[in-house]
Amino acid sequence: MKKIVKGGEFMVQDLEPKDIFIPEEFDEEQKMIAETCRDFLDTEVFPNLDKIDRQEEGFVRGLLDKAGELGLLGISTPEEYEGFGQSFVTSMLASEVMGSAYSFAVTYSCHTGIGSMPILYFGNEEQKQKYIPKLSTGEWAGAYCLTEPGAGSDANSGKTKATLSEDGKHYILNGQKMWITNTGFGDIFTVFAKIDNDRVLSAFIVERDFPGITFNPEEKKLGIKGSSTRQIFFENTPVPVENLLWGRGKGFRIALDILHMGRIKLGGNVIGAAKMAIDQSVNYSNERKQFGKEISNFGAIKYKLAEQAIRTFANESAVYRASKNVDEFVEAHIEEMSKEEAIVKAFEEYAIEAAILKVYGSEALDYVVDEGVQIHGGMGYSAEMPIERGYRDSRINRIFEGTNEINRLVTIDTLNKRGAKKDYDLYAQGEAIVAGLSELDGCNCCVEGYYENKKATINNFKSIAKMLLQAVSTTFGRKMMDEQEILNNIANIVMRVYVAESTMLRVQKKEKVLAQDVALNKDMLDVLVYDSAEYIRKEAKDCINSFVEDEEQHKLFMKGIKHYSCAKGVNVKDARRSIAEKLIEENKYCF
Amino acid sequence: MKLVVCLGNVPDTTTKVKFGDDGTAFDKTGVQWIINPWDELALTRAMELKEDAGNAVSSVTLITVGPKEAEPTMRKALAIGADDAIRVNAEPTDAYTVASQLAGVIKEKGFDLVMCGIESSDYNGAAVGSMVAEFLELPSVSAVSGMSIAGEEVEMTRDIDGGKEIVSVQTPFVAVVQKGITKEPRIPAMRGIMMARKKPLAVVEPTQVDALTDFTKFELPQPKAPCKMVDPENVAELVEFLQNEAKVL
Ligand SMILES: Cc1cc2nc3c(=O)[nH]c(=O)nc-3n(C[C@H](O)[C@H](O)[C@H](O)COP(=O)(O)OP(=O)(O)OC[C@H]3O[C@@H](n4cnc5c(N)ncnc54)[C@H](O)[C@@H]3O)c2cc1C
Repeated sequence: MKKIVKGGEFMVQDLEPKDIFIPEEFDEEQKMIAETCRDFLDTEVFPNLDKIDRQEEGFVRGLLDKAGELGLLGISTPEEYEGFGQSFVTSMLASEVMGSAYSFAVTYSCHTGIGSMPILYFGNEEQKQKYIPKLSTGEWAGAYCLTEPGAGSDANSGKTKATLSEDGKHYILNGQKMWITNTGFGDIFTVFAKIDNDRVLSAFIVERDFPGITFNPEEKKLGIKGSSTRQIFFENTPVPVENLLWGRGKGFRIALDILHMGRIKLGGNVIGAAKMAIDQSVNYSNERKQFGKEISNFGAIKYKLAEQAIRTFANESAVYRASKNVDEFVEAHIEEMSKEEAIVKAFEEYAIEAAILKVYGSEALDYVVDEGVQIHGGMGYSAEMPIERGYRDSRINRIFEGTNEINRLVTIDTLNKRGAKKDYDLYAQGEAIVAGLSELDGCNCCVEGYYENKKATINNFKSIAKMLLQAVSTTFGRKMMDEQEILNNIANIVMRVYVAESTMLRVQKKEKVLAQDVALNKDMLDVLVYDSAEYIRKEAKDCINSFVEDEEQHKLFMKGIKHYSCAKGVNVKDARRSIAEKLIEENKYCF
Repeated sequence: MKLVVCLGNVPDTTTKVKFGDDGTAFDKTGVQWIINPWDELALTRAMELKEDAGNAVSSVTLITVGPKEAEPTMRKALAIGADDAIRVNAEPTDAYTVASQLAGVIKEKGFDLVMCGIESSDYNGAAVGSMVAEFLELPSVSAVSGMSIAGEEVEMTRDIDGGKEIVSVQTPFVAVVQKGITKEPRIPAMRGIMMARKKPLAVVEPTQVDALTDFTKFELPQPKAPCKMVDPENVAELVEFLQNEAKVL
């Protein structure tokens, strides 16, 4: 059997291209499912974007019904609960396509993700039988209530209370939830609250019709205006005791696991949105003429188009690599536990990757839409153009599912814990790298062979991160989590490592295993690795300059940074131009 | 009643068309393939007829003349609801070869009603349907925009100049359908997609038919000349353009 990759293990491990899944390997059925999602958007969503954003009464709810009729709400739900039992990778592909649906993307991913999955993954058989089939057909809409006015990033600090009724049949819920997606029409809410004086959360399944529930009007938002977001108030709401999810005090675990899942899914969503924004950018630049020619002829525009494509391709490489890891993990554990338990364990296992995908993906999308607006010039600022909506709608991705700040911390905190627990020899390697600094000499970017060179360069990036982690943990010990600025430096490096490595393995597999043309993908990889080297060098220097005072030591670390961030020079102008020219010729995203 | 729908596999309508081999062949690289939109309408109507229990339609079969690359399109049609599919393993070079291959299989298997779209969105020949009927020595009704079954008879609406014509034909025959035959093509649902995997898709080898067509040359249309704006007050300038540049006055 295939060896299961551990979460975060990419920092210490060498993988072969055959070890990862790449989007070029989708089978006919997966492509057909994606096409159905696309057809659904083309016929039901895209012609109605204004209607959706105006929140016309009942319209978005009707879209969920239609998606339900097509089976799109139960893609990965097991067949015994009216779903289609598809793999996680397949559900990610659907998330990707649906991710281009502006506001409806959020409605959809909330319903199919955080709105339904807590019950599927943590519910008992009766709860699953009662709720999941109706959620997966769209008869009921789901929502997830964790955030409160005083409890956002610090989700466990919520004040919503649950107390057992005198007859012991109900928990009486009191409190307030805020920013809850799908509230306008939600039927089933997973609500987090503390029982009595518990210090930790428990989770409850709450039905809309339960007494004592009121809603604020819709929030007025910057973007995703068509997605329903409201506050919810619970005043002596009786929740039957059998609606406690999983067990008392287990809510925080549920919340965290669902967040891990939501983060990977968000990574998928942003791919679809980015490809769409690129299409709009290329279309416009091929039409708009200034100085007598289409603006796509200008190098400055080509730079943007190419960079949009590189980041999207890179993000996509990382997303499907991690998604397949989830499926493989489930497959490997299916004999010891239920599929639901296995998938939850997989989300916990790949918490680092999930955080990386969330941050890199949301920031890549923000880059893509921002430059998309720029390519449109004044028209980019006009509400007539779809890129304007895309620009506003993208911004939320850096905030929900754990802010990007929180996810950067999660990345390092989790990596540190796994390293300290010796899940793999992260710190042993870090120690060896630090010990070897004095012996390093000169440049290290001249390894022969295209992929060999890229691999060596990326492994060097890993060495920098391990060196820094080692240095930070010896210097600060248990207090290291207080040093957020320097942890962010390391998180940024680790993220680049994962994304660059995924891209490299994808291009290599595409060429060596699938025998497909990769000339332009290599241009992408060249630019990405070269750019990452400069970026990583800066992050690493910032990190060391922030805490190493001893002059000798400082010198050694700087030497290490220089050595390990060395990357072969690339004609980035030509590489980006070739990529852009292909986009311009095809007039759409085509990689 | 056994229905068969002839299904063409055509490039997506947004494909950027390119030609290779000195302009004598369509360059297929990177092309997205779809069900020919008119055939998709025929398929949709066939499914509606089958779903109406009053019609006693026992099965809907698909036939495509095309290489293996046509199979995803056929699977999609199976996902929409057709019961089984047959692919004649040959390049659909021209209407004559396609129609002969289709007729061969249809004759052998025996169907009561043959449906196909009025034309294909790639070469727009609008010839296959009537040719199939001719080869099968069956009646054919063209430009059908409405269709219902009454026992052995099929009642059809045809759009004619300024009105409609209603015809009624005894099976077997060939119906060549156009827009109006159904409202919207269907999107394959998850259930259909998963069932499509298990539905039979038979591959048969073509019979020997000589193509009657040679392609001399394909040409792309001239790029559109840019639009000229004339101030609404400036009629003289407009007349000048129409006379001397557009030369239409
Ligand atoms: C449109 C929308 C839809 C949403 N949908 C849902 C939903 O369906 N269900 C739900 O439960 N919630 C939902 N949320 C809430 C969302 O998850 C929270 O807004 C998010 O977790 C941040 O919490 P907060 O808004 O309280 O910000 P805060 O936690 O107050 O954060 C403010 C800033 O401080 C930073 N910060 C906070 N703590 C730290 C720290 N320890 N270290 C460093 N920086 C820190 C944050 O990164 C951020 O930059 C939604 C929010 C929005 C806007």
